[in-house]
Amino acid sequence: AGGGSRMTDLTSSIPKPLLPVGNRPLLWYPLNLLERAGFEEVIVITRKEIQKMLNLDTKMKLDFVCISDNMDMGTADSLRHIHQKIKTDVLVLSCDLITDVDLYKVVDLFRTHDATLSMLMKKTHEPTEAVPGQKGKKKPVEQRDFIGVDDTGKRLLFMANEADLDEEVVIKRSILQKHPRMHIRTGLMDAHLYCLKKYVVDFLVENRTITSLRSELIPRLVRKQFSSPTPLQQGLDNKEEDQKKKEQASLDIYSFIKEDNSLLKPAPDNSCWNDHRGDMNETLHEGKVRCYVHIMKEGLCYRVNTLGLYIEANRQVPKLLLNLGLEEPLVHGSAQITDRGMVGSDSIIGSSTQVGEKTSIKHSIIGSMCTIKDKVKITNCIIMNSVTIEEGCCLQGSVICHNAVIEKGADIKDCLIGSDQRLETKGK
Amino acid sequence: MAERAAPGGAGPEAAAPLPAGPQAPELSREEKLQLRKEKKQQKKKKRSEKGPAAEPPELGTPSDPGQPRGAHPKSLPTLADGPNDGEKPAGGKSKAELRAERRAKQEAERAQKQAKKAELSQAATAAKPRLTPTEPQSVVKRLPEHVQVDDPAAQRKLAKKLERQQVPLRQDYGTKVNLFSHLHQYSRKKPLTQQMSIPSTVIHPAVVRLGLQYSQGIINGSNARCIALLEVFKQLIRDYSTPPNEELSRDLVAKLKPHISFLNQCRPLSASMGNAIKFLKKEISCLPDTLREEEAKEKLQDTIDKYLREKILLAAEAISRSAFEKINDNDVILVYGCSSLVNRTLCDAHVKKGRAFRVIVVDSRPRLEGRETLRRLVRKGIHCTYVMINAISYVLPEVSKVLLGAHALLANGSVMSRVGTSQIALVSKAYNVPVLVCCETYKFCERVQTDSFVSNELDDPDDLIVLRKGQAQLGGWAENKSLRLLNLVYDVTPPDLVDLVITDLGMIPCTSVPVVLRVKNVDQ
Repeated sequence: AGGGSRMTDLTSSIPKPLLPVGNRPLLWYPLNLLERAGFEEVIVITRKEIQKMLNLDTKMKLDFVCISDNMDMGTADSLRHIHQKIKTDVLVLSCDLITDVDLYKVVDLFRTHDATLSMLMKKTHEPTEAVPGQKGKKKPVEQRDFIGVDDTGKRLLFMANEADLDEEVVIKRSILQKHPRMHIRTGLMDAHLYCLKKYVVDFLVENRTITSLRSELIPRLVRKQFSSPTPLQQGLDNKEEDQKKKEQASLDIYSFIKEDNSLLKPAPDNSCWNDHRGDMNETLHEGKVRCYVHIMKEGLCYRVNTLGLYIEANRQVPKLLLNLGLEEPLVHGSAQITDRGMVGSDSIIGSSTQVGEKTSIKHSIIGSMCTIKDKVKITNCIIMNSVTIEEGCCLQGSVICHNAVIEKGADIKDCLIGSDQRLETKGK
Repeated sequence: MAERAAPGGAGPEAAAPLPAGPQAPELSREEKLQLRKEKKQQKKKKRSEKGPAAEPPELGTPSDPGQPRGAHPKSLPTLADGPNDGEKPAGGKSKAELRAERRAKQEAERAQKQAKKAELSQAATAAKPRLTPTEPQSVVKRLPEHVQVDDPAAQRKLAKKLERQQVPLRQDYGTKVNLFSHLHQYSRKKPLTQQMSIPSTVIHPAVVRLGLQYSQGIINGSNARCIALLEVFKQLIRDYSTPPNEELSRDLVAKLKPHISFLNQCRPLSASMGNAIKFLKKEISCLPDTLREEEAKEKLQDTIDKYLREKILLAAEAISRSAFEKINDNDVILVYGCSSLVNRTLCDAHVKKGRAFRVIVVDSRPRLEGRETLRRLVRKGIHCTYVMINAISYVLPEVSKVLLGAHALLANGSVMSRVGTSQIALVSKAYNVPVLVCCETYKFCERVQTDSFVSNELDDPDDLIVLRKGQAQLGGWAENKSLRLLNLVYDVTPPDLVDLVITDLGMIPCTSVPVVLRVKNVDQ
């Protein structure tokens, strides 16, 4: 069943949803993905000021829910905040997701198997390019995620973060008994795109201890697939204990799963489909909670939550925009470029930008209303709006934020220049 | 004799509008048609002038009661026009006149009946020119779309219909074997939802889910599919609300049509589903108009429940009991594939009645449904042997009877079932082993098929590709131009290979299926 979708907001130096990627605000990408999939109603949860600054032209009905600035909400808290608006199964997206996945694949998994949860993951590869602003620092070993999937690659069996484990990966025997073949992968990136059933939202509302979807709720659901519901206490003598047990039981997600009008009850008994072979159990092991994952092998999928990923995303965005078949050319019409031949084919130049003579721009993204004087060499850079770059500069692999001014002759390599900064002449 | 009198009778009968009365037999066919058309127009004109009051006398009263209508195509309008003109000056009605008219009408009808009887004894040549222009449809039967895939005109019509209903059209996949190029062949990896928006507005989400489950093979087997379909229809009816100025009985049927087309595109409808849909449509259109919307919806849901309970669940119980009489101690029973009825029969016989028997489960690729049967039977404690279909001639000498399930029973007594069933029936016949088919009456179908080619289903050909040690031998079949893969789903077993059909009405021979169908139609 379809429902709206929802985006969350995470704090950052520049308001994250407005971070320009390929000269469009970051929020535009997930909204575009939803619009292409045919969604008509989207609930966007973000901070107040962002709503005013956003100027998107979409055909969808955007429902902005504002949370105040000082509350630091995780995704689960935000869901609890709007749970009255959620009436059916819901698709949860993060605002920093840039991808060209076919959404129907994730939703099909959700629908076909009547799953509790369906999510998207992507095979990652290690980034090779140097990240500006972090040079000289050895990056610590990333926190790895161990994801276990079954033979078909669709059913999610196991999920643990390295931080939660001491030295060994502990796998319950019941998982292996039911799924003898499990593939454990570490190179997967979670795209934070979840398709959840309505009763999960109800469960969240009742269970206030869960704050984050990604690190708490999802692993709990994955673990619940293989544990049985806690039996209700029968004894009447010890009332106190009874009370406590009851509370625990009510927080168990099984109590939230409503029997769906015996819709699928007689049919699977007669149907000869079984998801596994070689043992005597019923299909799907009669498990009520089921988690599925769609693993993308090709295509773009980025979560822009670190600087390195931001730069990588910017590099891939021109390709993405071309695939989307948008009418806008990469070089905006109102940009005045005196020497067009010097602009590389996959660079994006925003509106009202002036580019002087003999400047060469390669693999870069330049925002709107920039002024770039003559004889500047720009390679692999991300330049945001209203930046002034004087003559003779040479920029490589840098990120230059809004309203910065770079004086003549500066030679900048792999730097991160904040907003409103001013660099002296011949600086390095 | 009667015919010769007709021209004479018609002539003086006819008034001014009938110019060529006495020369009628010499006119050619086209002129006759033309004259008939003129007469019809004049009749219409006169009717509009005179109003409905004049109609009763118009219908009856030929002055010649013995006038047959057969010899003349034109005599029918003649009959109407003649007394029409004669009555023109009649004007107002009095009781006596009305009575006279009524009596005259009755006499006319009696005369017509006699005339008809006389007409029947004539040669057909006179009747033909009258029949063929008016009833061409009864001679030509329309073929269903799903067996006309290689006919572009039929496909265009289908595409237009789907566009109108806003249901996406599923593309065929892969080259088909020539003999089956008239059937659809879809790929499981390209589901229909690819072309639809995710929050589905046109098709109810429960129907989308059902369609996905059909196309991915999660819900398999004709009973399971039909039960799931009926449950989803119940939900559809629950969520339905009549728009203003519309009748529930007519609008609901119209609303169901796109959903049925969608399910058809996901996977061709089975005979059991088709019968259930027919039943439901009939129920909806027979709803009395006086009911309020909630009552009507409740009534519909009750009828669906009743159908499900009686025709499927209780029928299964009845069949299980009847079939139990045929299972004796120390029997060796052969079953094929996975049939919910047969499984239930065997489990009941073993668990509830405690009969001791052995089962041989025969299985075939690519579906390997026998494994599911094996699991269910062994779970109940029945001794089972598992073989592939190529081994049946080795195991048949020790088999005492064969129990098969059916997807549908056709009107000439043939059994339509999973591909491989007819082979088992044939070999069993060669070994003189009795073949029993279990089938509920709601799966009886009015189609007649003598072979498995005309109407069948082609499954995804990629299912035939098997991975052995990481290598798929047939993996590149699409590139090889001289290689085609065929994955048939159903086949038809001729009635002389089947010894008995066990239904909820009792145990009948195969040839009694048309009788059951006739009785069912009369009942409804």
